[in-house]
Amino acid sequence: MSEREVDALSTGEVRQETMIVNMGPQHPSTHGVLRLLLELDGETVVSCEPIIGYLHTGIEKNTEYRTWQQGVTFVTRADYLSPFFNETAYCLAVEKLLGIEAPPRAQVLRVLFMEMNRIASHLVWLATAGMELGAVSVMLYGFRERETILDIFEAATGLRMNHAYVRIGGVVMDLPDGGLDAIGDFTAMMPGRIREYENLLSRNPIWVERNAGVGVLKAETALGLGVTGPVLRSAGVAKDVRRDEPYCGYETYEFDVPVRETADCYGRFELRLEEMRESLRIVEQCSERLREPGHVMIEDPKVAWPARLEVGSDGIGNAPSYVTHIMEESMEALIHHFKMVTEGVSVPAGEVYVPVESPRGELGFYVVSDGGHRPYRVKIRDPSFVNLQSVPAMVEGGLVADAIAVISSLDPVMGGVDR
Amino acid sequence: MNAQELADRVGERHPSVVVARQEATLTLERTELLGALAPLRDDPELRLDFLSSITASDRPGRDPRFWVAYELYSLELRHRLRVKVGLAEDGASVPSVTSVFPTANWLERETYDFYGIVFDGHPDLRRILLPDGWEGWPLRKTEELGGVNTWYHGGAFIPPVDRRIT
Repeated sequence: MSEREVDALSTGEVRQETMIVNMGPQHPSTHGVLRLLLELDGETVVSCEPIIGYLHTGIEKNTEYRTWQQGVTFVTRADYLSPFFNETAYCLAVEKLLGIEAPPRAQVLRVLFMEMNRIASHLVWLATAGMELGAVSVMLYGFRERETILDIFEAATGLRMNHAYVRIGGVVMDLPDGGLDAIGDFTAMMPGRIREYENLLSRNPIWVERNAGVGVLKAETALGLGVTGPVLRSAGVAKDVRRDEPYCGYETYEFDVPVRETADCYGRFELRLEEMRESLRIVEQCSERLREPGHVMIEDPKVAWPARLEVGSDGIGNAPSYVTHIMEESMEALIHHFKMVTEGVSVPAGEVYVPVESPRGELGFYVVSDGGHRPYRVKIRDPSFVNLQSVPAMVEGGLVADAIAVISSLDPVMGGVDR
Repeated sequence: MNAQELADRVGERHPSVVVARQEATLTLERTELLGALAPLRDDPELRLDFLSSITASDRPGRDPRFWVAYELYSLELRHRLRVKVGLAEDGASVPSVTSVFPTANWLERETYDFYGIVFDGHPDLRRILLPDGWEGWPLRKTEELGGVNTWYHGGAFIPPVDRRIT
């Protein structure tokens, strides 16, 4: 101890320096590899700087080196908790460039899987937010229900995550046998479970104490910072791309856009539970529409993937009849198959921006084509990336423990932030 | 307002507006950009008050080489306008719009990080996704995919994709 410090102790002088703390990038409560550089004065946050990029994988650059169809498998990995949204937004953008539209049944399947995905994503949010604030049982419940959704995804697409199910011109294949029953069981079970979460948390004094009045972000600040999704809707602004700029036929579904006025973490909690209920309503309407059969892929052979998929003993594969057709019967079919697989679809030159409403806000795809077989530029406007800018506005001046509640109420997914 | 009506309205002030695929695009000189955004935001018939995205694209050998694209949206009137600014290869800089739209902060940093386009007047123009010591501008078309020394496999060199032997 230096002489000055001894003096300070004996005279009771208070030390005025602040402390710099690195929260993350390896920290269980930062939703992946987010790093917060916090300047603390005791328990109070003086300044906060989010530092990102630890999960940058160059998805946008990679798409420029692949065919248009292969782009789907890259973008689905950006925000890994909402793969169906990435795939759909990308495919809608390419379809807009091509000037085509997927068949109605494919649109319904896209909506169905996006809404199931929204529930799954909100469940992960509920689970992680609960865990971070000490409600560990909610973590178990959230992941338990998410697992039933992922089982349905696996049965339909072959994969639990990163499905590459939505393709240019439609979806890769129809629901498997018994798919609608599994979805029916899920929609019957889920409302009770959402009530359960509510009973556990909504009047729990610790939960209310940690969330109510914490992380307030008023509408003007949120809009200036480009914040979208539940965080913006918790501040009273009913911006929802599904309703404002409908795509995939959302204008034909009945659903409400829940809004809160509190602009705090508790409002976002209530809002997300409400959104899960609305998603369930849409899922039920989709199941109703799926009772009618129909095509799931556009019939234009210049766009559609050359395949007749069926579920075999080893998962999804090409039907033996199709393989026989291209290998033994028709030279033209073989040439076409070869061209489509190696070269892919040719997209006219131009540029489009297509937004969709992901669980975290406005997910936009800005896609440029130079008329070739590969994307010229694919920019992903990921809501997590833009929303994360608002962290300093919500955290600075508050307690360091509230920073955890704020981050979890934003629900950032670093795969989407860093891309 | 649909894209054509929007373009007509914007065209009263700026003639260089076109409509393609139901999307209106306004092309501006870099010197005009800052002066144009605030009137677009405040015009009661346009109300383009929300900036969705900023990004760029690169066309080496062409003039202008870079196009910076701003996606504007109106919360109230629910229409979108893309504003594009062309930049020559030398002195690729454009005024920062952070004073009009605070959200531009990170979006401009990302564009700078990927393309090396400088945003004049940006409060904190640093790399955002790549490490601070990174050399080069990875999304430029002149940069290959791969072909860099890695920090794993003992610093092994991974060749560009088109030169990999599988």
